[in-house]
Amino acid sequence: MADLTSNFLGISSPNPFWLASAPPTDKEYNVRRAFEAGWGGVVWKTLGAEGPPIVNVNGPRYGAIHGADRRLLGLNNIELITDRPLEVNLEEMTRVKKDYPDHALIASVMVPCEEDEWKRIIPRIAETGCDGFELNFGCPHGMAERGMGSAVGQVPEYIEMVTRWCKEATDLPVIVKLTPNITNILMPAQAAKDGGADAVSLINTINSITSVNLDLMSPEPMIDGKGTHGGYCGPAVKPIALNMVAEIARNPGTHGLPISGIGGITTWRDAAEFMALGAGNVQVCTAAMTYGFKVVQEMISGLSQWMDEQGYTSIDEIVGRAVPNVTDWQYLNLNHVTKARIDQEACIKCGRCYAACEDTSHQAISMSDDRVFDVKDDECVACNLCVNVCPVEGCITMETIAPGAMDERTGKVVEREYANWTTHPNNPSATAAE
Amino acid sequence: MPQTNRENGVSPARLAPADVQANFSDLHPAYDEHEALVAADRCYFCHDAPCMTACPTSIDIPLFIRQIATGTPEAAARTILNQNILGGMCARVCPTETLCEEVCVREVAEGKPVEIGRLQRYATDTLIAKGVHPFVRAPETGKRIAVVGAGPSGLACAHRLAMLGHTVVVFEARAKGGGLNEFGIAAYKSTNDFAQKELDWLLAIGGIEVRYDQALGQAISLDSLQGDFDAVFLGMGLSAVNALRLDGEDKTNVSDAVDFIADLRQASDLTTLPVGRRVVVIGGGMTAIDAGVQAKLLGAEDVTIVYRRGQEAMAASKFEQDLAQQKGVTLICNATPVGIAGNGSLTAVTFAYTETRDGKLVTLDETFTLPADQLFKAIGQKLGDTPDALVLDGGKITVNDAQKTNLANVWAGGDCASGGDDLTVTAVAEGRDAAMDIHATLMGAS
Ligand SMILES: Cc1cc2nc3c(=O)[nH]c(=O)nc-3n(C[C@H](O)[C@H](O)[C@H](O)COP(=O)(O)OP(=O)(O)OC[C@H]3O[C@@H](n4cnc5c(N)ncnc54)[C@H](O)[C@@H]3O)c2cc1C
Ligand SMILES: Cc1cc2nc3c(=O)[nH]c(=O)nc-3n(C[C@H](O)[C@H](O)[C@H](O)COP(=O)(O)O)c2cc1C
Ligand code: SF4
Ligand code: SF4
Ligand code: SF4
Repeated sequence: MADLTSNFLGISSPNPFWLASAPPTDKEYNVRRAFEAGWGGVVWKTLGAEGPPIVNVNGPRYGAIHGADRRLLGLNNIELITDRPLEVNLEEMTRVKKDYPDHALIASVMVPCEEDEWKRIIPRIAETGCDGFELNFGCPHGMAERGMGSAVGQVPEYIEMVTRWCKEATDLPVIVKLTPNITNILMPAQAAKDGGADAVSLINTINSITSVNLDLMSPEPMIDGKGTHGGYCGPAVKPIALNMVAEIARNPGTHGLPISGIGGITTWRDAAEFMALGAGNVQVCTAAMTYGFKVVQEMISGLSQWMDEQGYTSIDEIVGRAVPNVTDWQYLNLNHVTKARIDQEACIKCGRCYAACEDTSHQAISMSDDRVFDVKDDECVACNLCVNVCPVEGCITMETIAPGAMDERTGKVVEREYANWTTHPNNPSATAAE
Repeated sequence: MPQTNRENGVSPARLAPADVQANFSDLHPAYDEHEALVAADRCYFCHDAPCMTACPTSIDIPLFIRQIATGTPEAAARTILNQNILGGMCARVCPTETLCEEVCVREVAEGKPVEIGRLQRYATDTLIAKGVHPFVRAPETGKRIAVVGAGPSGLACAHRLAMLGHTVVVFEARAKGGGLNEFGIAAYKSTNDFAQKELDWLLAIGGIEVRYDQALGQAISLDSLQGDFDAVFLGMGLSAVNALRLDGEDKTNVSDAVDFIADLRQASDLTTLPVGRRVVVIGGGMTAIDAGVQAKLLGAEDVTIVYRRGQEAMAASKFEQDLAQQKGVTLICNATPVGIAGNGSLTAVTFAYTETRDGKLVTLDETFTLPADQLFKAIGQKLGDTPDALVLDGGKITVNDAQKTNLANVWAGGDCASGGDDLTVTAVAEGRDAAMDIHATLMGAS
């Protein structure tokens, strides 16, 4: 069986599945049970400065997007960092780490943007025996208004500065958790790296309003008739997170910076995808909040089955394996020609491909009186929309036209050589390909 | 099924009231909201949807299902009722397995169709429960139309005409409206007096007066209707039954299945309704199945339906046949009755086996006898007396594509008219189409 042992920044854990800093990791009671259930590590719910504890709202703090069978697709929250006293958290962390020396325990921290605040709290937390720190520069609500969380995460200079303070205050690994609420994820990632961060973790939650109560005309979740934006997470955010992870992994400036992948991870496959795009391990929050700690068991069994099937023996073999294949649009091969192919045996004649192509694409599917759907090669631009809307998996596929064969649409013979936009005659700034 | 009363003959209260009540509860219970959302999510919103083509009233099924999926069942109901004003009853009684659901792409692909009928019921029930009548009448046209029969075809015609601004008088032979919705449909398909509730809801549009105990051919004549009204629609269904033409047909406890069903539908307490210990039903259609199943549900110990041709030729759908068998009714095919025995009251029925040779049914010599204390004949309904001036075709009033008869300003639809299956939904489609043609004819002429 594949070895799932993870060694992220020198922190070992039985598997690469960590619980992200959030309610599941808020207290000893939960974390112990999470470890028992199989989680490899936890990032403890974000700790704040000493003093009167944080106050949360007393009305609903979550909103959600559901599929038809109430499958939870996206979750939004307006919760703040831990609302329990620092001392209590530290005592609990100490006890847990002592009892679970082989599991990862990371302290997530967020204090005001002042050097002595950070330099005072970091060593104090280190006394718990924790394996490392995660700097929470991500929270998009509540804390940002106080100059913390994403208010720091959106200013690369602050990230670099705070990271440096923390690195000066401890020898333990420091992970910087990035907010996706920025235009270019490379800037904060580079800043973290420049500040000396050992790794970045991403994404934190995305600014969002999940729904509007149309009777009371207020965003949900609604508290006394008013709502506010919250942080979006869960399956719906995965594509956004994957892209950000991939960008950091492939960009020359940040390439090689360890990444802890977060955002919508719900199954082993999600985790494998994050790791293929460069994440050294993954963190999970919403899946655990939706299904309980036991979900990790499917992640473990699924990942190890898949690794066995593929012949991978360790996590390192998967991490970053897909990164070389992430490229820019301009480098895609324009001589790669495909056409949609409908498997008439599998087709159930719903006509969705026809409606989609006819109304919104390239009028490349014909429909006969007896509902036989066929692709017109002379019109098909290979956009893939029909593949995406067909309810039968594998019914429509894309067939590659072999070099030397005719592309019926352009009337040209498909060329064998790779050629991209940078050398295309229609590109005004094309560099002659000689 | 707990048997409480094994007495021979025909007697009431064979089962405890609670058992009878359970037996006659809804065949397809209503969806709750969540179930409806999940069921609606299975629909693919097909292009030029096959289900819609298969619906005799051409309801825009993908659209109404999508309206349910987005939390607007009332809008879904409007989509349905626009095409089929008895969409509520049709949702309960349509043999969807041979109509929309049969051709649903998910039935074809996986043998599990989108449950269109139950979704339709969810939508229409939601709207009707709110007491909303979603249509308003166009300004009065001054035209008056007579509708004969307050069954599905007559009501659909009357409603559409009223909506278009015409004034409608419905002449109904019985003391109660609804036609077979009220007197024929199996009790477990239309529970809680739904037929009357739907009728009242339909009439809420206004402009329709129903006159009861007014039979065409008795209290009123076609001539007088033609004289008094701008147009006449005939929707009187099939009020006569075919005869068995067998000695002994007059014995006690030999009766027409439709009468038994009508009595059952009108009974205020089903335990007072007498039923035989051993019941035999002759026929192979929906009426035979409904009579057999309901006799069984009332507590008959043995119920046997005997059909003269092969099972594949039965007019009752596979679903109906399966239902009968599930309820413990025995089906015997390829046998025809040759003798009815009994001294005053029925005691047994004798059948001869049959065979189909070169497309012709041949009665064989070999026979068998079923002991029976009740026999229901369900060998087909036919047109009652009709005005001589009407041209008939195969025992039904001849109509053209627009439901027009050979007589000036007389239209017909539903079971009494030629063309289409004898189904509630077909009757509704024909009544509606007749109304549209009446409207075009009357307004075009003015
Ligand atoms: C036992 C049974 C079960 C059935 N089950 C189903 C089912 O599950 N699903 C389905 O789709 N279909 C079913 N059908 C068929 C369906 O009921 C009919 O196709 C439908 O009711 C036809 O409607 P209609 O308006 O043409 O006639 P009817 O419903 O028969 O209505 C005719 C109306 O006209 C009245 N009338 C008759 N003669 C006169 C007269 N001379 N003057 C004035 N009024 C008159 C009658 O009293 C009646 O109210 C069933 C039929 C039977 C008999
Ligand atoms: C209710 C809630 C509270 C959260 N609190 C924190 C927090 O205190 N610190 C933090 O770094 N991230 C916090 N997060 C963000 C998660 O750790 C994680 O980054 C995000 O939910 C994306 O992962 P997911 O899609 O697996 O949920 C919180 C998320 C939720 C849902
Ligand atoms: S790939 Fe695009 S263009 Fe080609 S048939 Fe499908 S939808 Fe039409
Ligand atoms: S969408 Fe798929 S199943 Fe539907 S008609 Fe097209 S090819 Fe067939
Ligand atoms: S055929 Fe089935 S899936 Fe398609 S629109 Fe009709 S109900 Fe929906």
